[in-house]
Amino acid sequence: MLTDETLDSPPAPLEDDPFAQVDFPGLEKSLRRPRTLMNALLSGLVALMTAVALAPLLSVVIMLAWRGGKKLSLSVLTHLPPAPLEAGGGFGNAILGTAVMVGLATLAVVPFGVLIGVFLAEAPLENRLAQAVRFAAKVLTGFPSILAGVFAYGAVVLATGGFSALAGAVALSVLMIPTVVLTSEDAIRMVPARMREAALGMGATHTQTVFMVLLPTALPGILTGVMLAVARACGETAPLVFTALFSNYWITSGGRFDLMQPTASLAVLIYNFAGMPFANQVELAWAAALVLVLLVLAANLTGQALSRRQRQQS
Amino acid sequence: MSDTATLAAPAAAAIARPPSRAQRISDRAFLAFCRGFAGLSLLLAAFIIFKIALTAAPAVREEGLHFLTSRTWDPNQGAYGILPEIWGTLYTSLLALIVGGAFGIAAAIFLAEGYLAAGVFAALKAFSLAYKPLWRDLPDRVEDLLRNLIELLAAIPSVVYGLWGLFVIIPLIRPACNWTHARLGWIPFFGTTLSGPGVLPAVLVLSIMILPTVTALSRDALVAVPAKLRMAAYGMGATRWETITAVILPTAARGLFGALVLAFGRALGETMALAMLVGNSNKISLSLFSPANTLAALLANNFPEAGPHEVRVLMYAALVLLGITLLVNVVGALILERATAGLRGAR
Repeated sequence: MLTDETLDSPPAPLEDDPFAQVDFPGLEKSLRRPRTLMNALLSGLVALMTAVALAPLLSVVIMLAWRGGKKLSLSVLTHLPPAPLEAGGGFGNAILGTAVMVGLATLAVVPFGVLIGVFLAEAPLENRLAQAVRFAAKVLTGFPSILAGVFAYGAVVLATGGFSALAGAVALSVLMIPTVVLTSEDAIRMVPARMREAALGMGATHTQTVFMVLLPTALPGILTGVMLAVARACGETAPLVFTALFSNYWITSGGRFDLMQPTASLAVLIYNFAGMPFANQVELAWAAALVLVLLVLAANLTGQALSRRQRQQS
Repeated sequence: MSDTATLAAPAAAAIARPPSRAQRISDRAFLAFCRGFAGLSLLLAAFIIFKIALTAAPAVREEGLHFLTSRTWDPNQGAYGILPEIWGTLYTSLLALIVGGAFGIAAAIFLAEGYLAAGVFAALKAFSLAYKPLWRDLPDRVEDLLRNLIELLAAIPSVVYGLWGLFVIIPLIRPACNWTHARLGWIPFFGTTLSGPGVLPAVLVLSIMILPTVTALSRDALVAVPAKLRMAAYGMGATRWETITAVILPTAARGLFGALVLAFGRALGETMALAMLVGNSNKISLSLFSPANTLAALLANNFPEAGPHEVRVLMYAALVLLGITLLVNVVGALILERATAGLRGAR
């Protein structure tokens, strides 16, 4: 493959000039040579494929802005879903439902996940339990979200006898735990060793080191993980389809939150309305998709901004 | 570092004396508490699997292995079989892996080789701005932007892709598909017309959804190849692509393979986009244009209205899906772990 073209020409008699045998024009980079041509072609191909891979993103964004933006208004954000063939309406209850379920799941997962992260970061690398937990968390990040729904169905819906916001929150928290655990571990490991050693050297106990040095320093990183988990949970549909189901009404009953009744969420609303043959519902699905993507993006960008802050710090 | 300064004062006051007995005990308790939580998380993982298996157990006893090989799904007659769903799950995931894998690895090479940064740098140099303070960072910034854009593909919820596929992809590809069927209908892959939802739209959207996974993990694998291998290849006169194909890709092969396996796992478990796009029909067909069904879509569509017996049968189907994805994910995670361990030796 690497034969030099100068070898093809008969060797000239040796003269004083040591470079006489070198075919200088033959060493020039030229697209007419198969090797260089191949190189340029493959580079072009890879660039083209990357551009093609990004085309769907562009298309999704344009469609969301166009079809969703057309319908989006304040009243859409505060009204209840319309009945078939009814004009107007909105998805206020779905926004509230998503917020309640994701909020509940976050409250349940964060203390749990961060403490496990502390354990993983503090345990020696060869600790069996830590290795097992880390591996389980890694496998669980690829856990199909629908199976979290199946689990919550078996554990909550069948046990309590009905679809509920609580079951939805349980399903979402199963999906959030691995992200929170793994990112908190990373964030705590990124705390410079000298800070931990300084605290321990001053005679601090492990508990004091964790709460006064490690957690405050790792906070932006931990929050990044939490925001990523929240972003993912907001967009999840599969675990909610048959745990929280859907509802055309507000989650409150008699002026209080009722967590034990079927609850609407943005994602399930999009799924239900997208398949309906009514134009109004389809338009609402697009508007809800726009709101959902904006929510998810906001959570993602917050997370990224926080992680940038941590990187600058350390 | 400003944070540490503000935190130092109370922290120093609290730890500037030896720990009291109570503190030593609570310290032990806290460490035990953390370990307990970690153990609990393992128990939770086991409980999830156990719970699904337990709820499915009656159906497993009743239906047996016949469930896996039978082709009808009819709750009215109590006839249940998931062979079409197993076929549909594997078929769509495999096709999506081919498309998404090819584009994903191409994007990973594009990112890992720094083409974009080099291009921006060359453009800046043409205007002799390349070393000006304001512009110096631009190549890196553009490169980061591209990487974030590809990761953004993963941030878009699956149900939004489903909506997009329904209203953009299907109308877009339908004329081309039906034209292909009319001309090349004798090839099994084009054996039917596309009358709306079907395998091809599902595969296209699925491959977009797994692409960020492939790209992120493969880029990690490519970047982890020791620079001296690349330099040695360049030094021997290899072109950039001779280096990529002969040195870098083989060295990163295990990491790339792990990335593909994990992406395959994602594709197998992906639900909503498929439930909206695949057509939900119990057919086994090679045709790309025929409607089909997948295990996850079957669960999503049938669970909300299922009666007690159908719920148990669906749990059995969930158990099958769990088995397949768990196997694929564990294999992928192990491969990636060994890939990083292997490269550590090469460095």
